[in-house]
Amino acid sequence: MSSIMVSRIRQKQIAQLIASGNRLDGRGLTDYREIKMEPGIIEKAEGSALVYIGKTEVLTGVKIETGEPFSDRPNEGVLTVNSEFVPLASPEFEAGPPGEESIELARVVDRGIRESKAIELEKMCILPGKKVFVVFVDVYVLNHDGNLIDTAALAALAALLNTKMFNYEVKDDEVKILPGFTHLPVVNHPISVTFAEINGKLVVDPGLDEEEVMDARLTVTFEKNGKVCAMQKSGRGTFTNEQILEAVKIGQQKAEEIRKKVV
Amino acid sequence: MNQSTIKLIDENGIRKDGRKLDELRPIKITVGVLSNADGSAYIEQGKNKILAAVYGPREVHPRHLALPDRALLRCRYHMAPFSVEERKPPAPSRRELELSKVIREALEPTIFLEQYPRTSIDLFVEVLQADGGTRCAGAIVASLALADAGIPMRDLVVACASGKVDGQIVLDLNDIEDKEGEADVPVAFAPNLNTITLLQMDGLLTIEEFEKALNLAIEGCRRIHALQREALKSKYVAVKEEAEVE
Amino acid sequence: MPIFYENKQLVTPGDLLAEGDYSADSNTYKEGNKIYASRLGLVYYEEKRVSVVALNAFYIPLTSDLVIGKIAEVNLHGWTVDINAPYSALLQASDVLNKFKPQRDDLSRIFDVGDLILAKIMTYDRTRDPILTVREPGLGKINRGQIVKITPTKIPRVIGKKGSMINMLKKETGCKIVVGQNGLVLVDGGRPEDEGLAIVAIHKIEQEAHTSGLTDRVTEMIRKEREAKK
Repeated sequence: MSSIMVSRIRQKQIAQLIASGNRLDGRGLTDYREIKMEPGIIEKAEGSALVYIGKTEVLTGVKIETGEPFSDRPNEGVLTVNSEFVPLASPEFEAGPPGEESIELARVVDRGIRESKAIELEKMCILPGKKVFVVFVDVYVLNHDGNLIDTAALAALAALLNTKMFNYEVKDDEVKILPGFTHLPVVNHPISVTFAEINGKLVVDPGLDEEEVMDARLTVTFEKNGKVCAMQKSGRGTFTNEQILEAVKIGQQKAEEIRKKVV
Repeated sequence: MNQSTIKLIDENGIRKDGRKLDELRPIKITVGVLSNADGSAYIEQGKNKILAAVYGPREVHPRHLALPDRALLRCRYHMAPFSVEERKPPAPSRRELELSKVIREALEPTIFLEQYPRTSIDLFVEVLQADGGTRCAGAIVASLALADAGIPMRDLVVACASGKVDGQIVLDLNDIEDKEGEADVPVAFAPNLNTITLLQMDGLLTIEEFEKALNLAIEGCRRIHALQREALKSKYVAVKEEAEVE
Repeated sequence: MPIFYENKQLVTPGDLLAEGDYSADSNTYKEGNKIYASRLGLVYYEEKRVSVVALNAFYIPLTSDLVIGKIAEVNLHGWTVDINAPYSALLQASDVLNKFKPQRDDLSRIFDVGDLILAKIMTYDRTRDPILTVREPGLGKINRGQIVKITPTKIPRVIGKKGSMINMLKKETGCKIVVGQNGLVLVDGGRPEDEGLAIVAIHKIEQEAHTSGLTDRVTEMIRKEREAKK
């Protein structure tokens, strides 16, 4: 992503407001923008959800196919998360293969789902060592107004929660599709909380203008019991030990609040 | 992360490779190992063998990427196909792209990029043999390569991972511990400025466990920093000693 | 007001050198009232000033520096010159030709790609590449001799206090020696053996720049080599 030249006046304005505990849109330092969710919006996908955090909009679709398991996990289904920064979402996005930000987002969302064991992959085995269910989670960014990670992670979770797999039976090593569907076994609900560090202060759910002036970013993902299951610092700034621990404590609370909206 | 039935720590708190919970793997660092690169460094940490090199500051190619007010820092983390058990295809994987970004961002805050507008500083981290914790070892030598190249910096960057293995918080996980353990927390740290420049986590940790792991990783960083300084100085100390004997 | 190292001690980037009312000179920086090293080198404390003599650093152009460059490109209005720095330098045709006509004058006849020149930095500011001039006497194309490349921070050592080192080198090797601030040194002697000696001596100075008694040791080395060759 190219650097966006933000005017110095704007930078100062944002930093000053934050120093006094306020933000450009009137939010508190630990407030999220309005979160809206529309699950099941794409009927042709096995699962889907459209999520808004403020004006940031991410659509996630889940497709389930069958395929070969990984050689070191022969009895487990496969989870793969991909992200696309669709060019229409921002003047800064270009068509082409995923750039580093897109790849990072996909991997952080993946980590949240995988490390929290949200999907019982052991239950997704059809023929051990030969055939398993492959869960494709495709994150599609439609409008970028800051904090793509949290929006994408929430959309992925919401999509997984309404994902249906076809019923099947195995006869003579052949997979036969039966009528009806089963819900994807989702047993944990990872929620990611992203912070921006601006002039030494932490703000939750940075908007685009805040992201343009932030020094560094920290995403912390919590599973349903409040344990940390993923973390990612990014950006060219730094954090102190104390800031990290402060963020983790605030994050745990926020994750609980947000989880109530999905589950 | 996979909880398996392999016991990685015995009843006496000794790990499979004989280390204590807070013990680092043996480390050997050399600076200035490549003649063409402007700066370079090499590390062996346990079975990790990682080489870093810097070219720059130099003119940016392609030209349109040049930044008007600072140097462009680019980083490529890459694993050699023979570096791991199962051959890794040479094309950059998504993991390598993520780690390239993460290592670059670990070093960026320490470099005086504003002093060299319209140039690029290109960092290359090559993993010749991998055994867990390669991004940390990579950051260690990348920072030394920058110092070797004479690029001015606010601080060195040192890195170390901690994690949870068999229910215990341990320091410097090797490959098996990383794969079979319950959590992995890589940390990069600027020791004189006392700030964290890289932080990731995967696995499951309570907040208290995470705090313990973070502090342990930082302690590991401080120990490795002493080795970094020695490696940087040793090239010149040897020459000085020779000269004095003459 | 504390200082944390002794004079001429080896320090690494990020080392806290001093705290208090000091000024941060070369290769150091100040944050609050603390002064840190920004490069690997030897720290010097001079009254209220803290500086580090870097062991390795690349050349950053300074106006009026004498440099040795290599022609990298012949362009329409001049030449692009590699001066061993992060930035290429420009030599404009108008600097060499009084009435320059791009259509008529073939610039490669004057300086072609690969030619070495001795030039001075005429102007340099951070927004553009440095501009060279060859107008002064003694500047221009280098036709003979060999070039030694050393790290630019060691150049002052090759010159020595009041030229003591370079004068000794010239005398002992019988070579003409021209030092470019950009780390390149031209050695031009009557015989290749003399040039070879000078080159070895210059590399030795680079390696041992941070030690004392260097001028004497280099003199001795050159004389020993000469004896051995007789």
